[in-house]
Amino acid sequence: MGLFSKLKSVLSKTKNGLMQKLNDLFAKNKLGEEFYEDLEDILISSDVSVATTMEIVDEIRETAIKEKVKDKNYVIELLKSELYDTLNFADPLDMSTPLVLMIIGVNGVGKTTSIGKLANKFKKEGKSVTIAAADTFRAAAADQLSVWAERAGVRIVKHAEGSDASAVVFDAISSVKAKKTDVLIIDTAGRLHVKVNLMEELKKIDRVVKREYPEANYKKLIVLDATTGQNSSNQVQAFSKEVGVDGIILTKLDGTAKGGFIISLSYELEVPVVYVGVGEQVDDIEDFNAKEFIEALF
Amino acid sequence: MALFSGLSEKLNHIFSKLTKHGRLTELEIKTAMREVRVALLEADVNISVVKQFVARVSERAVGQEILKSLSPTQQVIKIVNEELIALMGSSNAKLNFSNSPSVIMMAGLQGAGKTTLVGKLGMLLKKQGRKPLLVACDVYRPAAINQLKVVGEKAGCEVFEKGQGNPIKIAKEGVAHAKSYGFDTVIIDTAGRLQIDEELMQELEKIKKEVNPAEILLVVDSMTGQVAVEVADTFNKRLEVTGLVLTKLDGDTRGGATLSMRAVTGKPIKYCSVGEKLGDIEPFHPDRMANRILGMGDVLSLIEKAQEAITEEDAKKMEKKFRENSFTLDDFLVQFETMNKMGGIKGMIQMLPGMGGMKIKEEDVDEKRIITMKAVIQSMTKKERLNPQIINSSRKIRIAKGSGTSVQEVNRVLKQFEQSKLMLKQMKNNKMFRF
Repeated sequence: MGLFSKLKSVLSKTKNGLMQKLNDLFAKNKLGEEFYEDLEDILISSDVSVATTMEIVDEIRETAIKEKVKDKNYVIELLKSELYDTLNFADPLDMSTPLVLMIIGVNGVGKTTSIGKLANKFKKEGKSVTIAAADTFRAAAADQLSVWAERAGVRIVKHAEGSDASAVVFDAISSVKAKKTDVLIIDTAGRLHVKVNLMEELKKIDRVVKREYPEANYKKLIVLDATTGQNSSNQVQAFSKEVGVDGIILTKLDGTAKGGFIISLSYELEVPVVYVGVGEQVDDIEDFNAKEFIEALF
Repeated sequence: MALFSGLSEKLNHIFSKLTKHGRLTELEIKTAMREVRVALLEADVNISVVKQFVARVSERAVGQEILKSLSPTQQVIKIVNEELIALMGSSNAKLNFSNSPSVIMMAGLQGAGKTTLVGKLGMLLKKQGRKPLLVACDVYRPAAINQLKVVGEKAGCEVFEKGQGNPIKIAKEGVAHAKSYGFDTVIIDTAGRLQIDEELMQELEKIKKEVNPAEILLVVDSMTGQVAVEVADTFNKRLEVTGLVLTKLDGDTRGGATLSMRAVTGKPIKYCSVGEKLGDIEPFHPDRMANRILGMGDVLSLIEKAQEAITEEDAKKMEKKFRENSFTLDDFLVQFETMNKMGGIKGMIQMLPGMGGMKIKEEDVDEKRIITMKAVIQSMTKKERLNPQIINSSRKIRIAKGSGTSVQEVNRVLKQFEQSKLMLKQMKNNKMFRF
């Protein structure tokens, strides 16, 4: 399957939804006030934030009025380009090696699974990979990660459950430096962003990486679950405040959830989406591409 | 414990604007309802649910009911409150234990928190005198069985597992095992699945058919967005779930998905999960939650927590101390620890009436302060704790060193203690606080 054909087939479910709704809308309405209100509803029901929705729709409304547009296809093109501009607002991420990726996020979004897939992806690209199992909190998290490491055929550094997460990272960095490994991926415990003490632990890991491995290209990627709603924005903001967030991994896009909040996120918070998770298999992860994402959406 | 506080802040704000108007016109209600709509949408309530809700509230509000009312704001709050309660269900739904063993089956999307919840529920039911067996039917996610085993051990519950076998068979064997070994409750953990995954949805249907559960609980992440309606609807249609369980409510999600799922399934929310520890599970009280949304606080939950954290004996001892005015630094420490058990200061403040709209900053209630305070008090001798007047400057230096703090910190703790003592004295003279 081509790079985005999988995503496209996955998104066709989303596509059906959105296209269906748009068609219903065009059949029903003229380009009046009611049309734009319904257009807002459609975006909101894809989990695009209320504020971003209003901004996008206002822009389209203005352009349509100014250009005296009556053609529905043209409105779709307007919407597409508007969404593209919003999604492409943030700059793409530099992923040169030696690379350290710290994977952060709240509980249950799919951090461990995403790490397994990413390790496999880098390995396939011919890079050497080590995983640091720094989720020492959740029961059996390191076991879960070991299974993924085995599937991807990469090394894993782990300590006993309940041990100090930053010590795991320290060891992993020493090992990675000695072996000149290209990519180090750090798994961290899921934590609700409002928990102060858990955020302190994350900051400690962050300090260890910066201190011990300053020459690495260090990026912090937050994992967001496509089924999440507007809280995703709070999550990104809180993690940004504590350790900084360089990019987003959007998971569980193989369901019917549309993950529309990324449109708001990349615009409001200027954080780019880097990868998308689209299934349960080890190679179900893809580079994110705004243009193709929107094309697939329509 | 910021349950719904975002939504409550929003509505408080809207209604505080209304209060200034006195009587309401149709236009004003329309404006208010537009803001209610946005607040609900931002809280992740599903758009179709929002539409129905707003229509129902406006219909009731614009009519005579409100225009004849002397206090329109109160009237609007009352209507919104009533409709919220109606949406969330009207009473606290209990689990059904009619069969023996009673089988409770979990279902939900990946990452909703099913495995952790199985442990929490197991521990809760054990505390209530039941004997639960946890059955590991998530054979797909790597290490899910291990996770359940660890969680089960912490909860003090036996875990039944057959490795990566056939989940339908494991469920059946688990129930048989429970029968022969005298377990009265079986909690089945299942793999997370997408509601559109036909094969896995059929698997759940087969497990259901095989073990005939008394309860099928749909476990849902309280941060879920618009898709909540679709997820809940599909699971409900396929399995006829008996109730919903909300997880991760200790975050800052506004939890609008709760309203959506209730509206679409009509099934009660039976529990909510509110923390990282296994004891962090609570029954869901829809009526209290609606009050909370409107910033009316959750006094009832607070009282219940207090009852759990403070034994009657403790309370009597404390009461005697208050009466005899012999409240010591040791008692002071116990008080703070009790408060911690009740969800910390932050948790308590969130539940108090009139505090819902208050933004609580980290520095206002720094829970680290309690740890410092504890260190300081524990670095004092027994004599000092009973009689703090003897703490002179050389003793202060010793205490500061012992607790790894400073003399200023020691002074601060002593001052706080004196203030609390004074406050208790005043409370004693106040009828409202009579024990």
